Amino acid sequence: MDSTEVKADPVLQAEQRSGLLSREPIDDLRQAGASGGNWQAAAHRASRFDLEEVRTAFPALRQEVSPGVPLIYFDSAATSLKPQQVVQAVLDFMTIYPANVHRGLHTLSERATEAFEGARDKVARLLGVEDSGQIIFTRGTTEAINLVAQSWGRAELKPGDAIVLSELEHHSNLVPWQMLARERGVELKYVELTDDARLDPDALEAALTDRVRLVAVTGMSNVTGTIPPLERIVEMVHARGARVLVDAAQSLPHHRLNFGRLGVDFVAFSGHKLFGPTGIGVLYGKRELLEAMPPVSFGGSMVVRVDRQRAEWNEIPWKFEAGTPPIAEAIGLGAAIDYLSQFSAQELAGHERGLLTHAHDVLGQIASLRILGPADPEQKGAIVSFTMEGTHPHDLAQLLDRHGIAIRAGHHCAMPLHVRLGIPASARASFSMYNTIAEIDRLGVALESIRLLFRRHSHEQVAPRPATRAATEFPNG
Amino acid sequence: MDDPLYREEILDHYYSSPHRGHLESPDLVSDLDNPLCGDEIHLELSLGTDGRINQVRFEGHGCVISQAATSLLADRVEGATLDEVRQITPVDVVKLLGVTLSPTRMKCGLLGWKALQKAVAEPGPARE
Repeated sequence: MDSTEVKADPVLQAEQRSGLLSREPIDDLRQAGASGGNWQAAAHRASRFDLEEVRTAFPALRQEVSPGVPLIYFDSAATSLKPQQVVQAVLDFMTIYPANVHRGLHTLSERATEAFEGARDKVARLLGVEDSGQIIFTRGTTEAINLVAQSWGRAELKPGDAIVLSELEHHSNLVPWQMLARERGVELKYVELTDDARLDPDALEAALTDRVRLVAVTGMSNVTGTIPPLERIVEMVHARGARVLVDAAQSLPHHRLNFGRLGVDFVAFSGHKLFGPTGIGVLYGKRELLEAMPPVSFGGSMVVRVDRQRAEWNEIPWKFEAGTPPIAEAIGLGAAIDYLSQFSAQELAGHERGLLTHAHDVLGQIASLRILGPADPEQKGAIVSFTMEGTHPHDLAQLLDRHGIAIRAGHHCAMPLHVRLGIPASARASFSMYNTIAEIDRLGVALESIRLLFRRHSHEQVAPRPATRAATEFPNG
Repeated sequence: MDDPLYREEILDHYYSSPHRGHLESPDLVSDLDNPLCGDEIHLELSLGTDGRINQVRFEGHGCVISQAATSLLADRVEGATLDEVRQITPVDVVKLLGVTLSPTRMKCGLLGWKALQKAVAEPGPARE
């Protein structure tokens, strides 16, 4: 081995080997951290939204599902694709400064800590809150909601108290409350939806008794795309002295809300639906709530002093982050927020509104296809769930895959909502910034061909019976 | 569309299986569902005096794969002994369908097979 190589700085070498591995991402983080601007600062440095440029940024779009069949990705509600900038940020951490955070006094550890905590600052700005101590990193939305249930819920709720949920909720915003309710003798109440799956504030008002301590509601349904009127909800719930938790997993990639100004008590979301890596999510909570809440996971990092018999908790947010956190994932999330923030929220919303309206037009023309939820695209986010008479959603998904079109089929972890809609399962096409009008046209053509395939075969034959029963009550999936 | 999974024969089994319906007095019955996709199978078998399966009928709803695989299996086991049925493996079911199934769709493809195995696992009159 060449002796000069042994003496050389491996970090520098790694950087020199590849022009890609520059220190630039870190400098970006420092600048972002130093500027400290509010969430709206993004609007001022917004670049023009150029669809072709956006599509180029997402490497996964450069592939064919089978020879000659390009990928059409309509499953962003399950997880979004990731821009190259996110991939690069994770790669930089792993290649150049893969050190642990918060303890090392060496250069790499300081750099990792700066990037990791810088990501926390970016999350705070995205949510419209000043104090990034209120941002707790979790594995995802599910873990964030479980944290509130197990910490705040166990400490605060007494037998006879009530929690209000909506029929729109994903299982991750249902099951943690079911477990808490069973354990604490707390009642679970549901706000009934309108027939087109909208959340009527008057129905919520009716459910808000004095015993209600918490209303946990989605920012946007992962099935129907329904967007509940959060401002009104927060006002109503706070007037009753109760707390509001918003599951923003679906809404955040589409609608940047200023949660600080809204006054929401808890917000949960996942990085992987927001163009970031899997394994990282966020719980935002108001400082006074988080400070009063006991930790639920114990070990390193979440303590400041440990003796043989007891330990003293660290301050927030670290009190809730036991063990080595998901550093690469958090840095990736920070890069995703940077990527998202370069566009004006209005331009992004306008593009998605166009996609959704077009999808309603195209799918609405297909006979035997029923769009679930609000008929007016103005009242929902960029998701279209549907059923096709006589065709199981799984068959739809499999046949669309032959056209390179990725959709999701099933109950989408929202069984109670499917029971409410009277169907066992549905097919779901969900859109994101990188989708195009032409892709939606291809979905329409593919769906029409599938309809004809099934109609030809069912002609003059016994049509399959409609579902004898809606989704069962088992909370798996 | 030229698709081996959704070929004529499979769709025929889906839309007009000769095995759809009920038996007057089944000797064996079993029910199975897959709550994840809402698929359901209700299976009824009658046995001949020689102990062989005489007739198979099923009711249920679900995707093409789960319903067609059940119908194909019903074809296959009429005339078989219970021991022969017990020896049918998931690989045999896939062969009957004549296509490869992804792990996700395998669950659909094997729903009828599981119902059948459940039915023959506990022999004896199901309805007094």
